[in-house]
Amino acid sequence: MTDSHHIIRIDRVSKSFSGVPVLKDIDVGIRRGEILGIIGENGAGKSTLMKIISGIYQPTSGDVYVEGEKVDIPDAIAARGLGISLVPQEFNLVRDLPVYNNIFLGAEILKPNRLLDKAAMKARTSELLAELKVDIPPDAMIENLSSAEKQMVEIAKALAFEAHVLIMDEPTTMLTLHEIDILFRLTRKLRDNGMTIIYISHKLKEVKDLCDRVLVLRDGAVVLDSPTAEISTVEMAQAMVGRELGTLFPAKTSPSDEVVFEVRGLTVPGVIQDISFALRRGEILGLAGLVGAGRTEVAETILGLRKKSAGKIFRDGREVTIREPRDANEAGISYLSEDRQGSGIITSFSVTNNTTLASLRSYSGRFLGRIDKKREAESVRRYIESFHIKTDNADKRLENLSGGNQQKVSLAKAVDTRPQVLIVDEPTRGVDVSAKLEIYSFLNRLAREGIACLVISSELEEVIGLCNRIVVMREGAIAGVVEGGAMNEEEIMFLATGVREEDISNAS
Amino acid sequence: MSSNPAKTEAAQPRAGLMEKLNLERYGVYYALVVLLIAATFMGWPYFHTPANLINIMRQASYTGIIALGMTFVIISGGIDLSVGSSAVFAGSLGVILMNHLLGRGMQDSYSFLALIFVVMAVLGTINGLVNGALIAYGRIVPFITTLGTMSIYRYLSLYIGDAGEFAARSNLINQIGMSSLFTFQFAGSRVSLPLPVFVLLVLAAMLSFILNNTRYGRYLCAVGSNAKVAEYSAIKVQRVRFWAYGIIGTMVGISAFLLAGRFGTVSTNNFGIGFEMDAIAAVIIGGTAMAGGRGTVWGTVVGCFMLQIIQNMLNMAGISPYLQGVIKGIVIICSVFIQKQKQ
Repeated sequence: MTDSHHIIRIDRVSKSFSGVPVLKDIDVGIRRGEILGIIGENGAGKSTLMKIISGIYQPTSGDVYVEGEKVDIPDAIAARGLGISLVPQEFNLVRDLPVYNNIFLGAEILKPNRLLDKAAMKARTSELLAELKVDIPPDAMIENLSSAEKQMVEIAKALAFEAHVLIMDEPTTMLTLHEIDILFRLTRKLRDNGMTIIYISHKLKEVKDLCDRVLVLRDGAVVLDSPTAEISTVEMAQAMVGRELGTLFPAKTSPSDEVVFEVRGLTVPGVIQDISFALRRGEILGLAGLVGAGRTEVAETILGLRKKSAGKIFRDGREVTIREPRDANEAGISYLSEDRQGSGIITSFSVTNNTTLASLRSYSGRFLGRIDKKREAESVRRYIESFHIKTDNADKRLENLSGGNQQKVSLAKAVDTRPQVLIVDEPTRGVDVSAKLEIYSFLNRLAREGIACLVISSELEEVIGLCNRIVVMREGAIAGVVEGGAMNEEEIMFLATGVREEDISNAS
Repeated sequence: MSSNPAKTEAAQPRAGLMEKLNLERYGVYYALVVLLIAATFMGWPYFHTPANLINIMRQASYTGIIALGMTFVIISGGIDLSVGSSAVFAGSLGVILMNHLLGRGMQDSYSFLALIFVVMAVLGTINGLVNGALIAYGRIVPFITTLGTMSIYRYLSLYIGDAGEFAARSNLINQIGMSSLFTFQFAGSRVSLPLPVFVLLVLAAMLSFILNNTRYGRYLCAVGSNAKVAEYSAIKVQRVRFWAYGIIGTMVGISAFLLAGRFGTVSTNNFGIGFEMDAIAAVIIGGTAMAGGRGTVWGTVVGCFMLQIIQNMLNMAGISPYLQGVIKGIVIICSVFIQKQKQ
């Protein structure tokens, strides 16, 4: 177990959340001075594994060895003490503080009189940034920096604490091609100086180009461990998915020609621009794009949660005014939020109370709004049966249900308003494969019943497998629409990034 | 390894018992029973007499009525510090109007007092809705808003009354304030339910129904649990908040009428002092989550009675009223602490 070329050794680590296994018996050695790529689908366990190494989660069972010694990593500070630093996907920087203060946040350099030694911190920050060959003044405010610059600050922060192991979680999602190039060069340089880098991504080409070794996770287990030189991106993709793409999805629906929902020229300044598309009865339309492309913002604007400066929304050919979600509800539009626990369900509410939250008007009288609890219970019972929601009874609080079952309740809630237009945002985020299949077949069934569905998803295979057409967004605008034979990952990624993947490999 | 299965088996039935006891839901009732037993022994032979128990209930009911509304406000995720000041403001204006009308030849009758009752309830409601509007539509945090109106309502009353008191010119309101209903035989003596206790129980039944069986009650819990989810679920979050303050305002107005009847006067410098403290304490002891989202009306009623029983015990033990305030503070902090441990 304690071979000397492993800087970190993960020994039979498992992790479960409220009884649902997310990681199963992971056995991995991370070698000193390598760039290790970790890839897998959403929910495969990549982030959970990294959070265990960086002290954010504790393993349910199994051990972690650092430099051959068994360690407990109770929190991020302990991880830092062991020389492990995480550069998170969403940056942990305080917007209102300058760069140098962020780098030394929580570990400020003090003068002998216990006051902040700003000069020393600035000087050290300049050194670190110079080492990284980036041109950011130490007293620049974080809010004025670009995404790439923020990332450099995060890396400088890791260096300040003398990290030996640097974990980068999806570092290129927000970066331009040029910035990716700089990041890759820097990463290689750090490795050549002896740093170990763990690189989490779902962009296979990047992993192939940058990493020395790749680890593929699927459903919480390691399914492939190979030097990148010996494996093609196609083989990586096969290992990630582990099955033929087609079999997951039900047969596609055949929508009618009748347009039930249309947006024209939807614009929110600085967020989305001139968004137009139409949904036909029984159609499943995909909305794809990178993180930050503005997909969720389109949904939020349709619901009236964001103020639009221009644009019209039509239902069955008539223009509708939507100022708040209630108006959307009345116009027969329902939304399943991407942020399940933040804006989808109330975890301290029961299955029943969540399911009928948006549709409570149909269960209650006009006078005083007395709820017909019998009818409510009857309706919820039907959802529990038809969605296969695993719960002891309808009064169970959602915090005691697994992610997949929570998501089914959330979907039941969206559907119980009897919408004609259903917008689902990341409908299968954080749910296991069997729940995914059920959600796919359910969306398909809804479409067959004549409901128009808009599916927002970051999982390309999901939109490709499920949808009749796909609208691809880039930087807040529609980059193109693909359908039929053009519905493949390459075409969508081209529209989403504006760059052919081959160009990325040539550039770096 | 071999001892493990045995351990889990042993733990199973105990978990079952805890579940049946349902401490979160019924804990306050168990606490009441324990307190009653303790008080009976400590206060022997006076505590358990019907006269004493009825007196405890009467004293608990004035702030108890306000605490019912406070339950709604706290479930909505807010707080109302202005209740005592709002009570004196509504009470002062109500008595001024009453005296004015009596002075102009109005008959001192039940229907006249019904009018005054409605006036005070409406005044209280308006005070509450001012808070509600500032909080829901002005987006000022409840603590600050009601801290401000606490000062405004109190000092407006002091200004109008020149820091003195408004004596009610009606004899009938005094009679109503002291009246009792439903006289019956209990443990060998005649007892009857004082009017404010009756009002407390009727209002508690109404608000409990609203909380558990109507759309508004469900929305109130949703808004207090997670306002964002509520907003996404097509609920008019700000309107739900707004009316919670209206409801507590109505309760304040009703309580002000009953108190004015009880004392026959509204003193602008000590009427309603400390009501916010007693009402919030009753809600917390009654098991309503300070963070909002869930709570029970009947728990609050029990909370009021418990506070009053503790005070009664301390009185009988001859403990200084100043120290009683200390003990009340300790009880509140302890009940929040216990709430935190349960989570």
